[in-house]
Amino acid sequence: MPPRSIIIIPAYNEALSIASVVEDIRSHSEGHDILVINDGSTDSTEETAGNCGVRVITLPYNLGIGGAMQTGYLYALRHGYEIAIQFDGDGQHIADQIGALVAPLVEGRADMVIGSRFLGEKTYRSRFTRLFGIKILSGVISLLIGQPITDPTSGFRAVNRTVIDYYSGSYPDDYPEPEAVVLLHKAGFRIAEVPALMRERQAGNSSITAVKGLYYMTKVVLAIIIDMMKKISRR
Amino acid sequence: MDMVTLLAFLVSVAIVASIIELIRRNRLKERYSLLWLFSSFVILFFSVSRKSLEFISLSVGIKYPPSFIFLLGFLFLIVINVHFSTVISELFEKNKTLTQEIAILKEMLEKGHGADR
Repeated sequence: MPPRSIIIIPAYNEALSIASVVEDIRSHSEGHDILVINDGSTDSTEETAGNCGVRVITLPYNLGIGGAMQTGYLYALRHGYEIAIQFDGDGQHIADQIGALVAPLVEGRADMVIGSRFLGEKTYRSRFTRLFGIKILSGVISLLIGQPITDPTSGFRAVNRTVIDYYSGSYPDDYPEPEAVVLLHKAGFRIAEVPALMRERQAGNSSITAVKGLYYMTKVVLAIIIDMMKKISRR
Repeated sequence: MDMVTLLAFLVSVAIVASIIELIRRNRLKERYSLLWLFSSFVILFFSVSRKSLEFISLSVGIKYPPSFIFLLGFLFLIVINVHFSTVISELFEKNKTLTQEIAILKEMLEKGHGADR
């Protein structure tokens, strides 16, 4: 019997894309429960997701991606799921990649798996500054944890029961994707990366300018350095 | 007592009085007032006792003793602010947990499935 798994979709004002995301997941991966965390959206994300027949948890105000994902992990813990998959609500992630993503968990080779755009066939294209920023972040994190992580900002990832448990108690708020990698490593969990295809972001969210990107990068690196100094109990 | 120490004296008396009044009216929790009370009592002490003020400021190399009082006030404000930042962080964490619990409970109620599945 395959392990009970849940796909957690954090969604903040994703009314336009959420239905097709759910449909994509349904047509490619059966046997996964789907949970949408509506992070205090001001549009019709809640109704749209509800009409798809998936479970929807609506946060009373916008907690941010970290707090929203942690809600999903808490739910997964309470309901006894063995695998939790994070899947973006903006249509960036592709459902037929989920099987490869969870494989290392099912085989017991890792506790957390990141779907990386930069492994395998390189089809992912983006603005140079963006790629450059990810490269630097990847370098810093790989150096700090002593293991190559090619795509630390990827939100396409999966965790097993032990990490669901750990995340429920403590999950970073500010830049959860890169920070979680560092924190999990410090807590003694095994991290793996698998190649993952992704779509480029649809229009509307490309407003990150080079200056903003640099500012973002600096803040993430600072947050990670602080994370490295944190006292963390190993599992 | 010169003008500047008189000023420091009056200000610290006013702070002590208003903190105590706020606690009396239940508008300030004791645990958040201790630092204020402590700081204003120390400043009060040095503005009254010119001798100790001169002794301590000269021994740390401050030529004009009253400025030691301002230094103290400044340092206390830093400590109090850091303390408040930790209080805010703690509140943020608790608030987040509450929000998450409420959202999960609400989903359970609306779906009508029982307490634990």
